[in-house]
Amino acid sequence: MSASLENILAQALQQLSAATDLNQLDQVRVQYLGKKGEFTLQMKELGKLDPEQRRSVGQVINEAKDQFQEQLEARRQILESAALAARLASETIDVTLPGRGRNVGGLHPVTTTLRRIAQIFASVGFDVVEGPEIEDDYHNFEALNIPAHHPARAMHDTFYFDPHTVLRTHTSPVQIRVMESETPPLKVIAPGRVYRCDSDITHTPMFHQVEGFLVDTDVSFADLKGVVYEFLRAFFEKDIQVRFRPSYFPFTEPSAEVDIECVMCGGEGCRVCSHTGWLEVMGCGMIHPEVFKAVNISSEQYTGFAFGMGVERLAMLRYGINDLRLFFENDLKFLSQFK
Amino acid sequence: MQISENWLRTYVNPAKSTEELVAQLTMAGLEVDSVTPAAAEFSGVVVGQVLSMIQHPDADRLRICQVEVGAEAPLQIVCGAANVRPGLKIPAALVGAELPGDFKIKKSKLRGAESLGMLCSEKELGLAATSEGLMELAADAPVGTDIRQYLDLNDTLIEVDLTPNRADCLSVEGIAREVAVLNQLTCQVPATIQLPVEHQDTVSVVVDAVDACPRYLGRLIKGVNVNAESPLWLQERLRRSGIRSLGPVVDVTNYVLLELGQPLHAFDAAKLSGDIQVRWAVAGEKISLLNEQVLTLEADTLVIADAHQALALAGVMGGSESAVSDSTQDIFLECAFFAPASIAGKARKYGLHTDSSHRFERGVDPFLQARALARATELIVSIAGGSVGEITAAVSEAQLPKRLPVTLRKTQLEKILGISPSQSDITLLLQRLGMQVVIAADSWIVTPPGFRFDIAIEADLIEEVARIIGYNNLPMRSLLMRSALGQAPEALMPLDRVKDLLVDAGYQEAITYSFVDEDIQHTIAPEQQFVRLQNPISSELSVMRTTLWCGLLRAALYNLNRQQTRVRLFETGLRFIQLDGQLQQQKMLAGLALGANQVEQWGEAIRKVDFFDIKADVEALFTLARVQVKFRTGTHPALHPGQTAEIITANGESIGWIGMLHPNLEKQLGFETRVYLFELQQDQLLHKNVSRFAPLSKFPSVRRDLALLVKTEVSAAEILECIHECAQNDLQEVSIFDVYQGQGVEPGMKSVALSLIIQNSSQTLTDAEIDGILAILLQALNSKLSARLRD
Repeated sequence: MSASLENILAQALQQLSAATDLNQLDQVRVQYLGKKGEFTLQMKELGKLDPEQRRSVGQVINEAKDQFQEQLEARRQILESAALAARLASETIDVTLPGRGRNVGGLHPVTTTLRRIAQIFASVGFDVVEGPEIEDDYHNFEALNIPAHHPARAMHDTFYFDPHTVLRTHTSPVQIRVMESETPPLKVIAPGRVYRCDSDITHTPMFHQVEGFLVDTDVSFADLKGVVYEFLRAFFEKDIQVRFRPSYFPFTEPSAEVDIECVMCGGEGCRVCSHTGWLEVMGCGMIHPEVFKAVNISSEQYTGFAFGMGVERLAMLRYGINDLRLFFENDLKFLSQFK
Repeated sequence: MQISENWLRTYVNPAKSTEELVAQLTMAGLEVDSVTPAAAEFSGVVVGQVLSMIQHPDADRLRICQVEVGAEAPLQIVCGAANVRPGLKIPAALVGAELPGDFKIKKSKLRGAESLGMLCSEKELGLAATSEGLMELAADAPVGTDIRQYLDLNDTLIEVDLTPNRADCLSVEGIAREVAVLNQLTCQVPATIQLPVEHQDTVSVVVDAVDACPRYLGRLIKGVNVNAESPLWLQERLRRSGIRSLGPVVDVTNYVLLELGQPLHAFDAAKLSGDIQVRWAVAGEKISLLNEQVLTLEADTLVIADAHQALALAGVMGGSESAVSDSTQDIFLECAFFAPASIAGKARKYGLHTDSSHRFERGVDPFLQARALARATELIVSIAGGSVGEITAAVSEAQLPKRLPVTLRKTQLEKILGISPSQSDITLLLQRLGMQVVIAADSWIVTPPGFRFDIAIEADLIEEVARIIGYNNLPMRSLLMRSALGQAPEALMPLDRVKDLLVDAGYQEAITYSFVDEDIQHTIAPEQQFVRLQNPISSELSVMRTTLWCGLLRAALYNLNRQQTRVRLFETGLRFIQLDGQLQQQKMLAGLALGANQVEQWGEAIRKVDFFDIKADVEALFTLARVQVKFRTGTHPALHPGQTAEIITANGESIGWIGMLHPNLEKQLGFETRVYLFELQQDQLLHKNVSRFAPLSKFPSVRRDLALLVKTEVSAAEILECIHECAQNDLQEVSIFDVYQGQGVEPGMKSVALSLIIQNSSQTLTDAEIDGILAILLQALNSKLSARLRD
């Protein structure tokens, strides 16, 4: 190797190791291997030599070039990994900081409960029907076999607008409205707001009910028991005990109250179930012949059952809510607990 | 109704514990509400008698008594009660006694005087919440007897919550009858004793209202000692049903009411003048009642009257003027059957509710009166003496309730209950209930007893069968029913989907009362007519909302007062408005936002929520439904005049509002922050336009931006509308990406930057074609809105 080539190589290698980033390194590459690079010039000089010399000198230059390229590549790798390391270091963040400003609200627990009830009944083909909240006396009482002065009216503390117009005291009038306009078979649930003129620690003047009814040619109390039993197990997602107790509603007969084993204490007896081990969760019964008569459906041809449940009560039991009044205060600290 | 278990068990005594007995009642439809001991646990208390007493030398209030307790010698007991006196019989707690509240009696010294026990008040025995002085026992109380035994305190009070159809159980005998049926036992009813008639004086009775009062019995009992004391057993049975002793006559009528379910009334015979009349009131007639209320009667009210005036509200309450008093000597005892329809609702109408009206309006056995009158007579005479007169009876047989036979078909029993019991089982079951049964082919012809007002149709009998068999013993089956395939109506957007979108956008669902404060209602919607409740719970909940904003604003304030600074709420539900004189109940969706636009966080600058934040939420709802709406500048009394938009459908119908709460209301309602509101009718929103596919273009799209100078008052909607009206099919999208006023734009003008995406479905557009489209747009914008390109 000629002294000049040795110098070039030495200088080139020194420059490679002095390069501190990929840009500098590339400049060094261009300086030696570019079109006008020093090694390139050396190669161009070869043309001036005779063929014998050309070969040996060319080989020497190529060796020097190879050596340079090898170093260049090694240096590139070092610098690339240093650059990557530096980028990674500079881009490191505190991943435990919360994501940027988005929050999800939530549904009211009454809505969630209504949805679950509807979902369970929709799975066997019940339609959801709504009715007016300002209702006439006929649909709220008369057609449901509750004539004026019937003692059962005392159980409904009714809000009146005038002697014939009330805020519905239950969702049962929807039963009448549907049966007036449709013919059996009918499978309907009617959720909604209802109103009673009563306000204390366990009563709010407005609350929600779901009325359900089924009318067909061969519906029996056994079907009612089956539906209620399966519904309650589905709702509470638990193999709970259910019992049926004779009761009285003017619009059903036989009528029953349905109790479930207390979900708070498992039937052992606690404050919530007044130490009985049972919780009253819904009323039900076979649709009364007088009700069928009011809507011109033959009670000889058809039979049916109806049931009604308080939504807040079910929500309280499901979610362990201990105060009815919380439902309508709309305190965000309460509401935000339910998604 | 509350009764004593021991009393009940004198009629029928099944081999069942109290718990089992009450469970049986509950499961038969006589729901037991509470079971409480007649007395708290205590022991070591006996009947004592004060023999003598002396003043304690060192204590003004204490007396040192010698008390006979049936032991070898009298005991010395120190007592501080004011009513202690020699001869008095009292409960005496002996040394070693344990009183309620874990209180043990020990031998003690009180100011130096030895005391070997304690004389007790009712309170100290847990028999009353308060008491003044010692409990005074009857003079014939046997000294030394355990007080629990003497007062029959090992008893339970059973409170039964009866449904309105079971008036027959509003008595001890009625409940006993039911217990007997359930346990297949016989009910032992006390024998009726007819006392011999001792005088011939009578009071005539004239019944005008025979439909309302088909049976009226009465008799004079003369020379009654109204100051006699009712015997302990009677007082105790009354007390255990929550009734105070008020003298022998009233005690007996109350007792018979509890025992048989028959209300009776006693008049002071000296206060009656002329015949007793049972008649409808004369409108405007006045009566002063036992509870000192004076009523002005309406003509549909049944009264018992004499020749001069109304004496009693029939079946509800007696009058004060003819009431038995301390000086009464002769009484006229009334025992009637009033038809439920004539009594129903009358007590409530006058704001009254009595044990008597409760029974008559549900139905009292129409065949019970003679028995009840005999029973009451017997008891009164045995306690207070008196000579018994003849019974005056006014009976209209034709008007008495008839118990008509009801046919129960075997097929119907099977169809409704899903059971097929044997004929004899059903026959026996019905007979045990007191029904007369005739067996026919595949059916039973059943005549219910007089006390069963609730058995009139076949379904009533089916219920009885179900009840006695036990609902839980009836079969249960999984629903098998005809079923059609379900529907999937795509053009109806579920409200649930709308709610979910708002929830995902950070809103919390609220449920507020449908009735609101009239002031708030008037403030928010002064032009709306609302409907008012006749009997609101309070003035804050007195009128029906015409907008959901009433409740949401209140809920927002509630939360602001509880240190919440960012509130996003929505609600769905009805509003109640008057349209053309008709009440409309419209389904609405409303929302409210205040505070920061985002929850507090570290990553981006936070600003206050503004109009365009909630507008974006509303727009998202319509995008979801694929429903085109316009937002038109508008005015609404509750909203800021410069930040109000009316939501208009494609066919020009107004379906809602969006805007900032008017600053006046902001202040008036007590907000210290800006509040944004929206409300819209659900109908349009839930009517979704089903998606249609449009072929995709294979050719490139081009974006061109335009910066337009327009007058400030030109709205974005006008610009977009104008472009839309040019009907350039290749113009795929237009959006506004900047609005600028300030340096470089002359006052009164604004710069609106638009981006246009242009694409053709069948070819790549040339620059010339694109420029052509832009020229058309610019010309239209210029001619309609005087818009020009910004230099």
